[in-house]
Amino acid sequence: MLKTREELESLRQTYACSVKCEKKRILVCAETGCIASGSLKVYDSFVKILKDKGIDCTTELAEGVSHEGAIGVKRSACHGFCELGPLVRIEPEGILYTKVKPEDCEEIIEASIIGDGVAERLIYNRNGVKAAKQEDIPFYKKQTRVVREHCGHIDATSVKEYIAAGGYKALEKALFEMTPADILDEIDKSALRGRGGGGFPTGRKWRQVAGQKEPVHYVVCNGDEGDPGAFMDRSIMEGDPHRMLEGMMIAAYAVGAKEAYIYVRAEYPMAVSRLQNAINQAEELGIIGENVLGTDFSIKFHINKGAGAFVCGEGSALTASIEGKRGMPRVKPPRTVEQGLFEKPTVLNNVETYANVPSIIENGADWYLGIGPANSPGTKAFALTGNIQNTGLIEVPMGTTLRDVIFDIGGGMRDGKQFKAVQIGGPSGGCLVTKDLDMPLDFDSLKKVGAMIGSGGLVVMDEDTCMVEVARFFMNFTQNESCGKCVPCREGTKRMLEILERIVAGNGRDGDIELLLELADTISNTALCGLGKTAAMPVVSTIKNFREEYEAHIYQKKCPAGQCKKLVTYQIDPELCKGCSKCARNCPVGAISGEIKSPFVIDTSKCIKCGACASACNFGAVKEV
Amino acid sequence: MNKDFDYALLDKVLEEHEYKRSAIIAILQSIQEHYHYLPKEIVPYLAKKLGISEAGIYSVATFYENFSFEPKGKYIIKVCDGTACHVRHSIPILERVRQELGLSAKKITTDDLMFTVETVSCLGACGLAPVMTINDVVHPGMSPDKASELIAELKKEG
Repeated sequence: MLKTREELESLRQTYACSVKCEKKRILVCAETGCIASGSLKVYDSFVKILKDKGIDCTTELAEGVSHEGAIGVKRSACHGFCELGPLVRIEPEGILYTKVKPEDCEEIIEASIIGDGVAERLIYNRNGVKAAKQEDIPFYKKQTRVVREHCGHIDATSVKEYIAAGGYKALEKALFEMTPADILDEIDKSALRGRGGGGFPTGRKWRQVAGQKEPVHYVVCNGDEGDPGAFMDRSIMEGDPHRMLEGMMIAAYAVGAKEAYIYVRAEYPMAVSRLQNAINQAEELGIIGENVLGTDFSIKFHINKGAGAFVCGEGSALTASIEGKRGMPRVKPPRTVEQGLFEKPTVLNNVETYANVPSIIENGADWYLGIGPANSPGTKAFALTGNIQNTGLIEVPMGTTLRDVIFDIGGGMRDGKQFKAVQIGGPSGGCLVTKDLDMPLDFDSLKKVGAMIGSGGLVVMDEDTCMVEVARFFMNFTQNESCGKCVPCREGTKRMLEILERIVAGNGRDGDIELLLELADTISNTALCGLGKTAAMPVVSTIKNFREEYEAHIYQKKCPAGQCKKLVTYQIDPELCKGCSKCARNCPVGAISGEIKSPFVIDTSKCIKCGACASACNFGAVKEV
Repeated sequence: MNKDFDYALLDKVLEEHEYKRSAIIAILQSIQEHYHYLPKEIVPYLAKKLGISEAGIYSVATFYENFSFEPKGKYIIKVCDGTACHVRHSIPILERVRQELGLSAKKITTDDLMFTVETVSCLGACGLAPVMTINDVVHPGMSPDKASELIAELKKEG
């Protein structure tokens, strides 16, 4: 148990020295994405081969043992480039190997561990760009890492490596050099804004809690990252859990809280176990617990697992869920800062917000203000997904343009398709189109065009995506997740969904667009919580940008993107048809007829548009028109 | 009380959570982890021990999507239909899985209690879309054919 600041510092020196002593380090990504691609087998294979070769390797930092000249083999946090996983980084050279299989390990060890070269076959090589060093890969070049600075560079499961990399220095500084008031001033000055979507000034929130008369305060972390297409917070909880805990502890010290709660969604089992592991490790060292490092500050952490309700991402629903109730939002005021968890003043921030705090305290607000625009400083992590070349997690300064994100970092569209839109902010957000490409990504600029940063999911869509169907998809999601407490959301989203469903099914009516907009207006103005208020955003935003697509569905009964099955007509191209009868045999309703070796014909009155013929045809003769 | 039901497990779980009412969600989660669903017998028992009404327990248990009073299959297949998976065509995968197992949106578990098929709104593995999980193991880059192969393997294993 560490009793003083000096003890922690001396431990840091020891661990930093151990890390330095390692001759080389092999960092195998061990997060949800890469594990799914088989990274744990790759890790095992590295350890086994090194041992078989009699090479000294360390999988964990140990006290009193010299790691001089050993090879460190570590399970690291997410490097971000999930698509090319499993990813393996070799330090100190900074080589990044992609799509590594267990059988590739021997080659990597020979080339880069025993030798000082590069296994050319396994490095990044895409669209004529070849790069051995991670920092030279286009995907990484334009990124700035603050929150994710450790991701991919240290062992995600080890408090020792976190400390060696300078972890808990900010907590030290806070406890020994600053008063709670100093911290509030520093966070205020840094202009840090909540990364959960709303962009509320964090310093103001903390100050409001600190100023409440009620003596018991709580600190709560919202790890209920429910927006489909977003996984930044998962990555931080799994990959650098101590950074988030450190941020929460600084918050607790600043507002006078003794207990902290972390609410994690049920779909993230690994985040729960990594956080629990991190809390246990920090407790063993005396960094979490009674009288931290010999000071008067004490803190206890609790983890609460969600049970599958998106609405629990809303503040008052989240605290209700921690209290063991139905996760339903309540009328505000009183706000969470006045009466939050167990009706006590509560600081509620999301994962990424807390993860920003240690760097701000350690380096000062002025340093933070030097990144990004003055009114939304710092960086933002985005999950870049959809029909784009490079999918994964990125972190860029606020104010970076969408064009830089999609075309430079993301490498542009897949399969040479045209860019159509990007959905930002999930089911509460809107879509951005070609004309918005040069707009800076920050809280205020997005609000102006009717979108929001949300938690940071960017789903890129190409020309083949039907925007009406996308709107239906989101409305279906929100409708399912509506808790049912307030009428506008419960009934209104249902009616909107019905209208969207009939439009994509080819039964849209004149006036449907206007009706959708009217309903959207009512729901946004009258719903109880954020989920309802923003539920119509995807619909309004797609109507604004793609009204002609809605009109084509309603009036011409056509889906311009060819995605809405009910609006597609199947035809057999007589030029391409070989008359093999395979389509006729696959048709479930007997709508196709013809004679062997001459072109077959589809009877459109019988056709149910299932598409079985098109997928069965070996000659591409069945066309959607 | 159902005499054949093993209440000892419930006592153990309640003990672990110090009989705290606020821990009801965690208690139900532990019970479901054991049975893969929530047997009806637990409700009156928990109500008595925690001093909550039976309706109070039902209100929580039916609110959250993860809880189920219906038994589930040995293999729980979750097809992700989050945005990223959706735009990379997750629905044909779901349709194929249901077709292979004779299931639908209404009937989610096979009669032999081998398979349950559900959708999930995002597993946070969007970089590998479309994905599905079988008993929490993530399978990346799925296609309808790959899904059929996986199901055939599971059927063989039994």
